[in-house]
Amino acid sequence: MFRFSEIKKSFLVALWLMFLTFPIMVIRVNTIYKTIEWRWERMFMVGIGAFFLSFLWRYLHKKKEAGEKKAEEAGTLPLAQRLIKNRQFSIPAAIGLGIFIIAFPFIFSMYQTNIMTTALIYVVVGLGLNIVVGLAGLLDLGYVAFYAVGAYSYALLNHHFGLGFWAALPIGATFAFLFGVILGFPVLRLRGDYLAIVTLGFGEIIRLILENWNAFSFGPSGIANIPRPGFFGMDLSLSQSITYVYFLMIGMAIFTIFVVKRLQDSRLGRAWIALREDEVACQAMGIDKTRTKLSAFALGATWAGIGGVVFAAKTTFINPASFTIWESIIILCIVVLGGMGSVLGVIFGALVLILLPEYLRAFSEYRMLIFGATLVTMMVFRPGGIITDVRKTYKFKGLKDKQPTV
Amino acid sequence: MLEVKNIQTYYGNIQAIKGISLEISEGEIITLIGANGAGKTTTLMSISGIVPPKFGDILFMGEPLQELSPNQIVALGISQVPEGRRIFPYLTVMENLDMGAFLRNDTDEIQKDLEYIFDLFPILAERRHQSGGTLSGGEQQMLAVARALMARPRLLLLDEPSLGLAPLIVKQIFKIIRKINQENKTTIFLVEQNANLALQVAHRGYVMENGRITLSDTSQNLLANEDVKKAYLGI
Repeated sequence: MFRFSEIKKSFLVALWLMFLTFPIMVIRVNTIYKTIEWRWERMFMVGIGAFFLSFLWRYLHKKKEAGEKKAEEAGTLPLAQRLIKNRQFSIPAAIGLGIFIIAFPFIFSMYQTNIMTTALIYVVVGLGLNIVVGLAGLLDLGYVAFYAVGAYSYALLNHHFGLGFWAALPIGATFAFLFGVILGFPVLRLRGDYLAIVTLGFGEIIRLILENWNAFSFGPSGIANIPRPGFFGMDLSLSQSITYVYFLMIGMAIFTIFVVKRLQDSRLGRAWIALREDEVACQAMGIDKTRTKLSAFALGATWAGIGGVVFAAKTTFINPASFTIWESIIILCIVVLGGMGSVLGVIFGALVLILLPEYLRAFSEYRMLIFGATLVTMMVFRPGGIITDVRKTYKFKGLKDKQPTV
Repeated sequence: MLEVKNIQTYYGNIQAIKGISLEISEGEIITLIGANGAGKTTTLMSISGIVPPKFGDILFMGEPLQELSPNQIVALGISQVPEGRRIFPYLTVMENLDMGAFLRNDTDEIQKDLEYIFDLFPILAERRHQSGGTLSGGEQQMLAVARALMARPRLLLLDEPSLGLAPLIVKQIFKIIRKINQENKTTIFLVEQNANLALQVAHRGYVMENGRITLSDTSQNLLANEDVKKAYLGI
């Protein structure tokens, strides 16, 4: 049976939560009749709910700790990795997933396809930030600035020079890359918290410039009538064009995954990880600190630029309100929640974090609450992210493996 | 081979090295001994360019180093085993070694060096797919030395390889240091607190105190010196 101390603990948790939720759960002020309603029964519901949930919470926590110990002893891979390694499972799953991806816009409504496209943009952008944060370990809180650079490059180039989507895509990416280099040079000598603060400032500077420099960016009113991506000069209806953008993003996401994977397994990728772990040792090894960091920063920015161009083309309207600090935080959440450094994790994180709030619209006012609770629970039970990074190990060719150790 | 001429190095406003000069010829093992805070590590950091000196000259094979960045210095053939090992804990042993060969592209030669290193440190071959952080202290030190050797240095800077290791493992590491010097003709500059052991391995030694070099002689003479005996050997 449960011990007395456990019951006491749960009781205290219940008491604390009752106190914490008191203002929003119990008191209701009716401003029209100028009365205050006291809904005491709700307080008991919170108390009883918290009392029982805290048992569940502790049980899961214990189970998780025991599981970790067991996995450590046995040296087994996490479940997701084992599933990928298992061919019997992974090949049919990949085929099924492929069919699902292709059929998606034909099965579901335009609205669903649209949300999925947004999520895919975040997959691409998240993978870009994963290079900066997950691999190189540079905390960048102003990442959305590069996203804005991409979006505005397309919008302005189109407005002034009539450039199409496909011409603007590489230009937007290049601009974001250049901005990454320009910002990176002075900033990358900073480390950790300081870097985070400076990048945060940079993100805000870009947004404020876009908001206030009316002659250049049309200020808060933004730029409208940005054309959707063209398809060999054909006229597409709205639904066709949404389907087209969806497939475009699928292709782009696959391309990004491929490039990021290759980068991760390259010597440069390993140098990023090494730099994240120990700067002095890296210098002693002859790794150029500035250049390596700058390459991570600029390459990350490039993907944000690409994402930005697609974003502008997809929504056909952009204004500075789309590029607030909140966006940076969301993208960072995608990387951290998905699993730092893990490509699969970031994809999963993007899908969860973008789709969850959309599908929770039914719960309207509670959706952000559920969203927040999900984040907290995730961080407690899986601090390494949904899918933890297990890196491909590097082997020198020609050497025989005497004993395969994990 | 290496000539350090009257260098002065600062951390911000604090002067750590107050004008030292030393000379290392090809094929030698030179040791620099001294108490904590004497400036031994800073001397190494100055040579490898991580904390470049403010005044003075460092010449390597006649080429001035003080203007070069750390990676250019490594490219010239000086590699450093930093104090406290500083291996990359999340990279595997193999990847750690590959990071040591970061500036090299000659795959076949890297392969040869790798086999040589696994010959020197058989334990690393056994643990090659394990991540660096899971190794024991001694193994990590071996990995740090091995990683520096992967750059195929002409001059190897070793910073306190005995730090925090059991005496038996220290002996093993010093044996390997001597072996590297004899087999590869790698010049070694060894910074140590364990003066007794260091002087037994080295050909010549410098004694450092408060940012200055106070003594320099052959190892035998230093081991026999009364002041050194008292201050560093505890005899």
